[in-house]
Amino acid sequence: MTQLSALYQDVILEHNRAPRNFRRMDDADRHAEGRNPLCGDQITVWLKLDDEVISDVSFDGSGCAISKASASLMTAAVKGKTRAEVEALFERFREVVTGQTAEEARGDGLGKLVVFSGIAAFPVRVKCATLSWHALKAALDRGAEQVSTE
Amino acid sequence: MPATAVAATGSPPAGTPRLDVARVRSEFPILATRVHGRPLVYLDNAATTQKPQAVIESLDRYYRAENANIHRGVHYLSQLATEAYEAAREKVARFLNAASSREVVFVRGTTEGINLVAQTFARSVVRPGDEILITGMEHHSNIVPWQLLAEQTGAVLRVAPLTDAGELDFDGFERLLGERTRLVSVVHLSNALGTINPVRRITAAAHARGIPVLVDGAQSAPHLGVDVQALGCDFFVFSGHKLFGPTGIGVLYGREALLERMPPWQGGGDMISSVSFERSTWAGLPAKFEAGTPHIAGAIGLGTAIDWLSAIGLDAVAAHEDELLSYATAAVGRIPGVTLIGTAREKASILSFSLGSVHAHDIGQVLDLEGIAIRAGHHCAQPVMQRFGVAATARASFALYNTAAEVDALVAGLGTVRRVFAQ
Repeated sequence: MTQLSALYQDVILEHNRAPRNFRRMDDADRHAEGRNPLCGDQITVWLKLDDEVISDVSFDGSGCAISKASASLMTAAVKGKTRAEVEALFERFREVVTGQTAEEARGDGLGKLVVFSGIAAFPVRVKCATLSWHALKAALDRGAEQVSTE
Repeated sequence: MPATAVAATGSPPAGTPRLDVARVRSEFPILATRVHGRPLVYLDNAATTQKPQAVIESLDRYYRAENANIHRGVHYLSQLATEAYEAAREKVARFLNAASSREVVFVRGTTEGINLVAQTFARSVVRPGDEILITGMEHHSNIVPWQLLAEQTGAVLRVAPLTDAGELDFDGFERLLGERTRLVSVVHLSNALGTINPVRRITAAAHARGIPVLVDGAQSAPHLGVDVQALGCDFFVFSGHKLFGPTGIGVLYGREALLERMPPWQGGGDMISSVSFERSTWAGLPAKFEAGTPHIAGAIGLGTAIDWLSAIGLDAVAAHEDELLSYATAAVGRIPGVTLIGTAREKASILSFSLGSVHAHDIGQVLDLEGIAIRAGHHCAQPVMQRFGVAATARASFALYNTAAEVDALVAGLGTVRRVFAQ
């Protein structure tokens, strides 16, 4: 696999072209905006909570292929999960994209999100991959707010 | 010298000496770098330029053989360092055609120069409701210092509009020149669009109303050649690192009469005439604005860069870069899906574009994997991005060492971008 195809895996390119759950949610219980001031990327994550469970989640905004595909795959991955499960998944995701896990163990517990393991070789893009996750976490923790990658 | 970038023929005017690009390239050690197994194609010169051997050696020589603090020692090395530092100031004065080296203040860079003018000249003259006039194509460094000033003084920031080509709407600009305008601050060559502003017309219009003009020359100084007296500006600022010199050194040129009237900026050593606990008095120009030990090596390195660039000649540089920009504009412009951002008639050295729905960062990433360095983002000019309805652009910016073959590499790289993102 070339560096190019390790970063821009087909699943990422496909989610960038046709992002899932890409819509504003007017009746959301909570939302939070994530911004990367270095590149101007901006993603808002919207969610509905059924007690501790994320019953619906969506996003909108603008960003690069990595941040958009990451938001798309994130929404698919967290729907139906509890807050604790989502936090554990984010922690795991962050470990993998920042290269803190052994190569052979990168896929463990990530499901489809494993396509982002190539990010570890591109430290500058870690913020792109985690932007929507930070926004999701902010929405879960504090309701409506703006978070920044800086 | 205002250069016509997109010349019909693409060839330099008769009589302009040709640039020996291969020889110029051989003077830049870093250009031999390989990136991801490919030869480096460095097209991010608007962010910073690479350094020729002569500049690198002058920094090395200074620290090996001349290092001492300036303006204070009676000893041999201090005199050597002082002479070298002041000689650099003379070089800058000649480069800008300043009336005197007393008008040349060393600062950290363009940003610091603008902040200095905002906090000394402007802050001492503006009253609540007075206006500072800038244009819609300014870098953040020519926006935010005025916003800080506005918060401190109650002044108002006015912004002259742009045309769809990314040119200054001159009528709109003139309409905003008013009784309350205290300073006009404009970019000479836009870093995000490549537009060359008509600075002589701007200074004439402002001076007709008694309003001084600051020119942000961060991009113009290395590409156009600057004559501050011919431009008629009252302040001119530029950075050494975009002119093949070191980072951390830049220049504020100011008309002597204005600099004399301005209060000091930072207090400290070197900027005083006498100090007592009751009262201190200020040194003359330019020391009044140079508190503390300056970036001595940086100033000397900048002086060397100016010598080096002047020996090549800015006419030859401008002719080469115009030819390259013209070639690149045509070649990149032909790529399906490409939209050029900034299509002014008078342009230099900068090509900003978008490619279909591909985000600029992804363009920059794919190109990097092919060894090509461009800038992707808002170029510290977010209002420009908003004006043209884009979140970010990809920007290739050229210097005298770039070649047509490098433009071809860029075009091939953009082909890869199109393939990966199915554009």
